[in-house]
Amino acid sequence: MVEAGSRVLDLGCGTGDLIHLLMREKNAWVQGIELDEQAIYECVKKGLPVCQSDIESGLAEYPDRSFDVVILNQSLQEVRKAFFLLREALRVGSRVVVGFPNFAHLSARISLFLGGRAPMTPSLPYHWYDTPNVRFLSISDFKNFCRDKGFVVERARFLNGGKEIRFWPNLRALGAIFLLSGGKSVESGQVQEATHG
Amino acid sequence: METKPKTDVVAVDAARSLGVVQTREYTFSGPQALDSGESLGPVTIAYETYGHLNAERSNAVLILHALSGDAHAAGYLHGEKGPGWWDAMIGPGKAFDTDRYFVICSNVIGGCKGSTGPASINPKTGKPYGTEFPFITIADMVEAQRHLIDHLGIDRLLCVAGGSMGGMQALQWVASYPERVRAAIPIATALKHSPQQIAFNEVIRQSIMADPAWRGGDYYETGQPEKGLAVARMIGHITFMSEQSMEEKFSRKLKKGHLSFNFDADFEVEGYLRYRGANFVKRFDANSYLYITKALDYFDLSGGKLIPPGGIDTCFLVISFQSDWLYPSYQSQEIVRLLKRRHVDATYCELKATYGHDAFLVEVEGQGLLIRHFLERTYRGERNGNGKPR
Repeated sequence: MVEAGSRVLDLGCGTGDLIHLLMREKNAWVQGIELDEQAIYECVKKGLPVCQSDIESGLAEYPDRSFDVVILNQSLQEVRKAFFLLREALRVGSRVVVGFPNFAHLSARISLFLGGRAPMTPSLPYHWYDTPNVRFLSISDFKNFCRDKGFVVERARFLNGGKEIRFWPNLRALGAIFLLSGGKSVESGQVQEATHG
Repeated sequence: METKPKTDVVAVDAARSLGVVQTREYTFSGPQALDSGESLGPVTIAYETYGHLNAERSNAVLILHALSGDAHAAGYLHGEKGPGWWDAMIGPGKAFDTDRYFVICSNVIGGCKGSTGPASINPKTGKPYGTEFPFITIADMVEAQRHLIDHLGIDRLLCVAGGSMGGMQALQWVASYPERVRAAIPIATALKHSPQQIAFNEVIRQSIMADPAWRGGDYYETGQPEKGLAVARMIGHITFMSEQSMEEKFSRKLKKGHLSFNFDADFEVEGYLRYRGANFVKRFDANSYLYITKALDYFDLSGGKLIPPGGIDTCFLVISFQSDWLYPSYQSQEIVRLLKRRHVDATYCELKATYGHDAFLVEVEGQGLLIRHFLERTYRGERNGNGKPR
């Protein structure tokens, strides 16, 4: 989903494994954003440029179309202002890669409906009291969300570990990766901050 | 740093220390044109170097000192017990690894530690300059350093690095000579002083000038305005510490265990400030303090002045400290925002050290790790996106 030589911004880059790979394998010009101090140390050890910042506060300093690709890998579900952040990502990047855990996976459904317990799955490994996730979405939710907001889904991959899921992904895939472009929805410059939405 | 290690500690440290180092001088006739419109010359710069310049001349790191610092950044001067002010960071195997890098540190012009300043002899009068000394700016300091770097035969510095006023000089190096700086490490610094920072400096200056011994700056035969300078430094030390570090260091502990009911120093914090003030007047020139605080206040690289319209290739590592209220993190974040806006390769981290502004001198672990790896990456020539930032 990332072409060679791309300019890449990774929002919530963690210890930087993904942008490290893109820097080495795809010759990408990368920039990471991360909040956690220890994770930043790990990025710097790998020789990566990373800025400490809360991605939830937005990307106002970046001009429109600063990057070819903006990555939101396993960070969208940890953000309260998810819509605001996605629109910002699509403003500063030509395309956005979003990866998130699927809350409607079969094991999550079983755990909730039969066990009566808040789901814990390989992609949602947290207890209710220690999860960093604040948004719980399914693949179907995200598809509808993109349609409603006018985000163009260029590609989508549904994964169960390393295995690609083609049929019934909302039931069978633990996680999803979407490649979005803004379409007409985000071309009007910087967006207004939406209320927790 | 004014820590005084015991003799045995020095011996243990010496294994990883530079050992005995020397301060040298370089003089150019100038005259150097200054921002004020005046000129200065001849100009002497005191400097120290550690490690060796490689054959490609590509491993030179310029360390820039803060307000009261000097060229003696690391190792031990002959006969002195304490090491240089950033010895924890500079030396064999340390963050600025002198086994790999050629490290340079020079005293700023306007200072009083060997470089030309108000206490130097004015060639026109044969007497110390005093307030005849021209006003200097951070850019003037950098311009004088540029003469030194030329003299040392270095076209392009691997890195410029410093905290506080040293960070301002690092920023100014990028603004003045972006093509000569591969990487910059501004620490606990700002693009410009806030009114609060200017206000502290003004009180500091007023306390010096209110001392009758200042005599309009003409005191070199009669003795320093020691009382005023000591108070000035005491104000400084309050701003260098955090509330938490003061609480941890002094709390409300009494020097003699009981209240004296007179105006002696009852509390340990009072004793500490008095001690620091009294020590400072032995080693620092009051006029230099006036001139350099003015240079700090005049510094302003906000707006488009840090990065030229064509952009830069310099990589940045920006560091701030959570407990630093003199140069709060928001000022470092302003630098970072500017870098992001202009697509500059940037790394930023706010460290959780509790020492206040002093952290840039004493916090070694986090800073050391960040600087070591950032420098290594720059030195290896690992280019982000093959060096195609735009």
